[in-house]
Amino acid sequence: MSADTAAATGHAAAAIRQKPGRGAIADGSTRRSRTVRYVLLLLFLLFVLIPVYVVLITSFKTSGDTTAASQWSFPKTWTLDPWRKAWDVLQPYMIRSLSLAIPAAIISSMIGSVNGFVLARWRFPGANIVFAFILFGMFIPYQAVMLPLRTTFTELDVTRGVPTLIVAHCIYGIPICTLIFRNYYATIVPNEIIESARVDGAGLIQTYARIILPISISGFVVTLIWQFTSVWNDFLFALFLTQQNNGPVTLGLAALAGGQKVDYAASMAGALITSFPTLIVYILLGRWFIGGLMAGALKG
Amino acid sequence: MHGRIRTWGPGALVLLPTVLLLGYFVYGLIAWSFNTSLTNRHTARKGPADYVGFENYGHLFSEDRFLNSLKNLGVLTVAFIVGTLVFGLLWALLLEKGVPGESIFRSIYLFPMAISMIASGVVWGWLLNPSTGDDARGLNRLFEILHLHFLENPWWTAGSRWTTMASIALPAVWQMSGYIMALFLAGFRGIPPELREAARVDGASEFKLYRHVLFPQLSPIALSALIILGHISLKLFDLIYAITGPNQFRTEVPAILMWNTLLRSDQAKAAAIGIVMLAVVAVLVIPYLAWTVRQETEE
Repeated sequence: MSADTAAATGHAAAAIRQKPGRGAIADGSTRRSRTVRYVLLLLFLLFVLIPVYVVLITSFKTSGDTTAASQWSFPKTWTLDPWRKAWDVLQPYMIRSLSLAIPAAIISSMIGSVNGFVLARWRFPGANIVFAFILFGMFIPYQAVMLPLRTTFTELDVTRGVPTLIVAHCIYGIPICTLIFRNYYATIVPNEIIESARVDGAGLIQTYARIILPISISGFVVTLIWQFTSVWNDFLFALFLTQQNNGPVTLGLAALAGGQKVDYAASMAGALITSFPTLIVYILLGRWFIGGLMAGALKG
Repeated sequence: MHGRIRTWGPGALVLLPTVLLLGYFVYGLIAWSFNTSLTNRHTARKGPADYVGFENYGHLFSEDRFLNSLKNLGVLTVAFIVGTLVFGLLWALLLEKGVPGESIFRSIYLFPMAISMIASGVVWGWLLNPSTGDDARGLNRLFEILHLHFLENPWWTAGSRWTTMASIALPAVWQMSGYIMALFLAGFRGIPPELREAARVDGASEFKLYRHVLFPQLSPIALSALIILGHISLKLFDLIYAITGPNQFRTEVPAILMWNTLLRSDQAKAAAIGIVMLAVVAVLVIPYLAWTVRQETEE
């Protein structure tokens, strides 16, 4: 990919964290311009955090407390009832989502790793064409395949639910995982190492297992986060390929917050509950998350 | 020859399952959709269907509802791309010289990316409550409290296509701006400091420095950002589904229309909408892919 976008996999994430260069610091900016900058940054922080504030306070309110007038004030009485109610509804969905997102992330990462290795360092004639062939799968709007995909699964008589979604997410996750690993190996594994391994008579499997796999950890962290997050947050596949009673957490939340009589406090608690796993991943593994974003710069 | 096959054969073999899988699940299913879109399969019934050529496409493009969804998508895309680029670039500009607590700003600006569009849509649907005045809720209530009455508006229930779709774009901008910030920030940090110094030595003002030295360096990033955002915009489905529900004519985009069509089991028409969406993406993405792959080979 162009050097500025996807090839930047880990490097761009590192670049963000870099201290700005000398040229940037010695900018001669006045104290006033620095203050203006800071004030603006804080204002935008407010814009980003406003929804968080409302969601949090609403999720602790009694149902009588969510009137128009009191929407932005703290709860009159703090209660955990909305959380309990949301959890009761969402718990089975959460378990399904976990048993879906974890294996899907692992399997597609493993396939992506092997593919990426071959495309970066064990090339064969036409490898570029194969790469483009794989990459295109990343861009298609899934609406263009969804209808026959559903038919295929119905004809195969696969249980509609977690297993079906695992298969679908693995297949459609292969392109992005392949891209991330290909760029990762292209930047961190020198060709000479592979060449000398070959000269020593090491085959593909040996080279992969002994040389590549041990240095793949940060590549795996990126794809695992990326896949876990996108599988967890997926709604389209869930809606097309499963039913309410065997669907993942996005369907559960949509059901909780939809319908005729919406319990706002419980909806907000539900939005928080369903966001926790990805938020935890983001908080704990933020720097790799950014790496994934950068790698996905080609996806979207 | 035999020796060469021995060297690259295993590699090709390793990729074979992927090629077969994607061959079927991407290319095969696209062909299948296209095939369905050429038939008169307008029910869920199985059995043979007749080919009607491009009739379904003809119907689509003469149908108000589909044209409405295309126009909505167009407006949504413009509002979303402009909003996200403005915020993302602004944040990157504010941060790129380094400020105390930079990593905190960065993390908070970026966190909405980690949240599902359904969860974000549930929250924003509530914030974008259309009631105004005494009955105001959500953001309108906040404006009421802050005495910013002029900002109160009926959001996506408003009359004009622009206000409606800009209201839908707002949560999407909230979610994606941090991503664009990260892209641009990486871009700024990738520019060698010598370039800035040289420009300053030459007496360039800050404005000229950005205009003539730094921004041109970022144009490849801006191009990818544009492609990514356009692409996300076309796929926006969850957000609209969660904010307005899938059955709102005024916020209907092709992705939503396709789902509604499928609910009525009109398979041929649903397939045709999917193929039109694919065509839109292909027009955008194929030249871009070709360009990046070519650049790559040159490197």
